[in-house]
Amino acid sequence: MTVRFEVNGKAVSVDVSARTTLADCLRHELHLTGTHVGCEHGVCGACTIIVNGDAVRSCLMLAVQANGAKVTTVEGLSPEEGLSPLQTAFKTHHALQCGFCTPGMLTTIHALLSEEPNADEDRIRDVISGNLCRCTGYITIVEAAMDARASYQHSRGDKE
Amino acid sequence: MKLPQFDYQAPTSLIEAVALLMAGKGDARPLSGGQSILPVMAFRLAEPSLLVDLRNIPDLRAIEVSAAGVRIGAMVRWRDILDNAQLKDALPLLPEAVDHVAHYQVRNRGTIGGSLAHADPASEMPAVALALDAVIEVVGAKGARDIAAADLFTGSLSTSLSHDEIIVAVRFPAWPATRRYAFEEFARRRGDFALAGVATCYDVDAQGHAKNVRVSALSIADTPIRLKAAEAAIEGRAIDADAIKAASAAASAEVDPAGDIHASARYRKALVGTLLGRALTRAAARTAR
Repeated sequence: MTVRFEVNGKAVSVDVSARTTLADCLRHELHLTGTHVGCEHGVCGACTIIVNGDAVRSCLMLAVQANGAKVTTVEGLSPEEGLSPLQTAFKTHHALQCGFCTPGMLTTIHALLSEEPNADEDRIRDVISGNLCRCTGYITIVEAAMDARASYQHSRGDKE
Repeated sequence: MKLPQFDYQAPTSLIEAVALLMAGKGDARPLSGGQSILPVMAFRLAEPSLLVDLRNIPDLRAIEVSAAGVRIGAMVRWRDILDNAQLKDALPLLPEAVDHVAHYQVRNRGTIGGSLAHADPASEMPAVALALDAVIEVVGAKGARDIAAADLFTGSLSTSLSHDEIIVAVRFPAWPATRRYAFEEFARRRGDFALAGVATCYDVDAQGHAKNVRVSALSIADTPIRLKAAEAAIEGRAIDADAIKAASAAASAEVDPAGDIHASARYRKALVGTLLGRALTRAAARTAR
């Protein structure tokens, strides 16, 4: 089946079978291997991407369901050169060790802060409870997210 | 695990969708948000030959609030319920319960109709539908019909829906101004399946006594269940510490949960009573709107 959607601002057209998840389509067909696949049944959050502005698990979405959608993967978060403010905050706070969960953490927190730039620590912890990290203990990830809020507040105003 | 093979169709009308399900003879399944059926397929607990995606069918995404009650389209996502300002007054138990549904990303895709059709005994929505006497509107080859929530759930992951029927909306009766309510569940990790949960509501009469008491429990049997002994224990009474204690004891006594790797039967039995005690304490502390 042919699926047409937009990934990181670029229109793509892919031929996939119905059973192909959006995660596998991104990785195997479009070679966007930043999206990691952990559990493949919607528990770990590593495969989180942003579809039409919402953070979703790409292992629980079929590629064919993405027809016409605007998809952002972790690759789409960075500017042409260097890192986004959120990525920089992750680096500054050592918010990653093995890095497996990091793409899902970044996409999830990016989607959250884009909508709720004033999210407090409780809200951030609540949201990333859907993303498993087995290295950091989350403390540094939460610190990075708190630190990155300023850049979202500038870009989006003060809407809670 | 990767998903098994299946065909996929995304029809643009309910009539077409029903026809596809009919042709599938029980081997075709509707696809709404996919947050339950896709994991179930990954585990090979279901291997439908065809998924009929409802995403292109219009009119399944509305939340309508009127004097008669609330009508929520089957494709309304958890996220839409939490974002809806009207529901906080018109049906406050619903957003309170939905706040416990899974995690952030799942709430962005999962739908109310999908959850009811999936009928997981550990999920929040079936227990809320049961407590509130919700009516499930379905459309199938024989036309449209209404199913009372009490008649929908027939077993674990089983419903009285025929294989060609699609849930199109859920209706909730109007919410009386004097109604008190609370939803409580316990999971080891927030967002995980609850070890047990309760939804409760009651109306308060002029004497301050509880009327129309409803208590339903999730994750305690093969289907969501009403806890009728607990309801009877406090019907017509003022909800004070004694009443709460009586309801809590009745709830623990009347349930017969199974034990599993997550919690023993005894633990679940005690937990239901504790959760109902917490729920009624919070419900009684709420002031009338």
